[in-house]
Amino acid sequence: MTRDDIFSKVQTVLVDALAVDEDEVKMDSVLTADLGAESIDFLDIVFKLEQAFGVKIGQGELFPENVAQDPKYVQNGKVTAEGLAALKSKMPHVNFTAFEADPQLAKVGSLFTVETLVDFMEAKLARS
Amino acid sequence: MRWMWIDRIIELVPREKIVTVKTVSMSEEHLHDHFAARGDRPAMPIMPASLIIEGMAQSGGVLVGHASGFREKVVLAKVSKAELDVDVQPGQTLRYTTLIRQIDTAGAATAGTVEVLDPARPGEARKIGEVDLMFSHIDNNMAGTEFPAENFVFSDAFRTLLRMSGVQ
Repeated sequence: MTRDDIFSKVQTVLVDALAVDEDEVKMDSVLTADLGAESIDFLDIVFKLEQAFGVKIGQGELFPENVAQDPKYVQNGKVTAEGLAALKSKMPHVNFTAFEADPQLAKVGSLFTVETLVDFMEAKLARS
Repeated sequence: MRWMWIDRIIELVPREKIVTVKTVSMSEEHLHDHFAARGDRPAMPIMPASLIIEGMAQSGGVLVGHASGFREKVVLAKVSKAELDVDVQPGQTLRYTTLIRQIDTAGAATAGTVEVLDPARPGEARKIGEVDLMFSHIDNNMAGTEFPAENFVFSDAFRTLLRMSGVQ
């Protein structure tokens, strides 16, 4: 499957999950800020990606899991250095550069763009 | 009025399927406002579509909650699809069939069918719509919000419904 094919499928998933128009879904669109994704939408997107690509996406594999609930990882609404290291290790498909300057937990959602999903699926399909 | 929009669980296949019913009654207060008579037409008591969706949510919520032994707090998080084509009137029975599409520790997605049974047409079930939902296990939310330890979702009323329906 080419990268364009993967983008096309991701686009269809996002149109369905977020009720947005196809032309709104661009590579650099941020899922939260640009496409209006809320927390439950992240689970919906995982479920729909699994169906679209016929793969199983493990808990915490694409989006963070059990980070917010762990006091080692989050203090006063900010992701700690330990938390950031854990996120980076769990999610190599995510670019943390901008987030590191102000690692507020509330901004974790802004880490995820359409390209993040395409990169993730491309890497996952290459492994399978 | 109790916030219960299903009367009985007819069938429950763990982690897979639930079938519930709710009989619509003229004694329900809201039907007298939905819709009351006005100058240009008589009263038209019909079950509000929003409460049909709530009935599906309660059905799916029980199915998803049952999958974790009711340890998780299961809340409706998203109405992915709701299509209802026919009005439901007092004396008719709604039948909800809900299937789990996907479930994991964060929540679940369900697909539901709504049918109407009418005592005037025995043995006939008419499909009137589909309602697909997403449920969240809210203690596992991404934002890290904390909720009370007590499982406030599955109240005494739900436990009574389960017991009266013979669900373990």
